[in-house]
Amino acid sequence: MSAEREKAQAGAAVAEDRTGAVPQSIPALMAWALWLELDAAERYRELADAMEMHNNREVGALFRKMETIEGKHAESIMHSMEWTSPPPRPRGEAPWPGFEAPENVAHEDVHYLMQPWHALTLALKGEERAVRFFTALANESTVPAVQAAAREMAAEEQEHVDLVRAWLARVPPPDERWRDDPDPPRYLD
Amino acid sequence: MNDTATPASVAETGRPAVRTPANYKSATKPIWCPGCGDYSVLSSITKAFSMLALAPEEVVVVSGIGCSSRIPAYTSCYGFHGVHGRALAAGTGVKLARPELTVLVAGGDGDGYSIGGNHFLHACRRNVDLTYVVMDNHVYGMTKGQPSPTTEPDWDSKLAPGGTGVRAFHPLVIALASGANFVARAFSGDPNGTADILAQAIRHPGFSFVEILSPCVTFRPEQRTWKENVHPAPVAETDDPARAARRVMTDDGFNMGVLYAGRRKPYPLGRRADPVGVAELEAEFAA
Ligand SMILES: Cc1ncc(C[n+]2csc(CCOP(=O)(O)OP(=O)(O)O)c2C)c(N)n1
Ligand code: SF4
Repeated sequence: MSAEREKAQAGAAVAEDRTGAVPQSIPALMAWALWLELDAAERYRELADAMEMHNNREVGALFRKMETIEGKHAESIMHSMEWTSPPPRPRGEAPWPGFEAPENVAHEDVHYLMQPWHALTLALKGEERAVRFFTALANESTVPAVQAAAREMAAEEQEHVDLVRAWLARVPPPDERWRDDPDPPRYLD
Repeated sequence: MNDTATPASVAETGRPAVRTPANYKSATKPIWCPGCGDYSVLSSITKAFSMLALAPEEVVVVSGIGCSSRIPAYTSCYGFHGVHGRALAAGTGVKLARPELTVLVAGGDGDGYSIGGNHFLHACRRNVDLTYVVMDNHVYGMTKGQPSPTTEPDWDSKLAPGGTGVRAFHPLVIALASGANFVARAFSGDPNGTADILAQAIRHPGFSFVEILSPCVTFRPEQRTWKENVHPAPVAETDDPARAARRVMTDDGFNMGVLYAGRRKPYPLGRRADPVGVAELEAEFAA
């Protein structure tokens, strides 16, 4: 691939996976990285609560596990930064695209009859978005320390991608009637 | 007040308590359908309370009836789950009786614009210092999918075959025309942006109206695509009602942000009539 083309493609990745200002220091980068994990943990907690409430225990347990995992990632960032409590969420536009942090599973993507396979597929997409986000940050930053840290975060997220992918491989895919509800909330015909 | 772990008080620690959004959530778990936009609205409300460092015991969340109106039970603040369409009447009463409290009234488009439509007009007009949040999903969710005043006229459903054919209500235009002092639109899929708008609405004096587009994934599954339609309002907020009127009249229904932040004086609080005893009232009829 020509150098120009490679640069143009890297630029496209940046445009798609990034927004807002590039954090200019390690504490600023890590504060956003922490909020990325805290947002994801909060979302998994909400989804776990919703699934438990609707008696989808298997998926509820899976989301609960994801909440714990994201919480541990947040803790490890706090530990590495020697923060005893999360710094306030940075003001202003977040550095990621769209409304929500890259790892967040959107509320509207879940279904009360979903199965672990669906949940893990959504989690995998979130981890992949996080890899792309940190890679784009590393490409775009002009501060060597920020570039290196963003690259490290991308590598960590890639490990999570591999773990979720391995987990997904052990879970049976749903059959095509997974949504069938003998007493649906909404009758279409 | 609903059950929660409240952080140590100022009296105990000698410094103001730091409250996270989780401190404003109760132990009662929402029963909304998984995927419902109202989950994110709850999260945004708790984030806004935390940003403003409000003490849960100094906040009252008042609602009517509907899926969205269940929200007071899910917060750790004082709550009042009222009568269908009467949330604003109850919330106004709370604020007049206890002006020192922060009052947030919440509900759905059916509750607020249909049966509660009249209260909506007069709450805007009175300009009592409270915040009104409508989780608008363009449908009656709780009662299984009837069209509401914001439903598109051609929305075809089993309950309204071929659509109602009736023009949809424009809540922002009506709020502005009726005198609301703060008019904004937010989207549940943007919980942090919504929290910022809510914090601004709560801080703004007078009646603040925040319309939050909040999809009903069960009866309006097509609203899942709203996140592709919403966009930041292309204009900055204004305190000029004439400019705001032009803005909301040309609105496509998906502009997000603060569209109007006015300077009208709020309804004076703390005025109390001289108390009249029952005996005095009875005396009037005894004559
Ligand atoms: C006086 C009265 N009339 C009608 C009802 C039935 N009812 C309950 S909730 C509701 C509409 C709810 O729709 P909305 O306010 O849009 O809330 P959503 O459920 O969509 O959040 C209706 C008509 C009622 N509870 N009380
Ligand atoms: S019926 Fe609609 S509004 Fe009610 S909880 Fe379900 S998705 Fe939400």
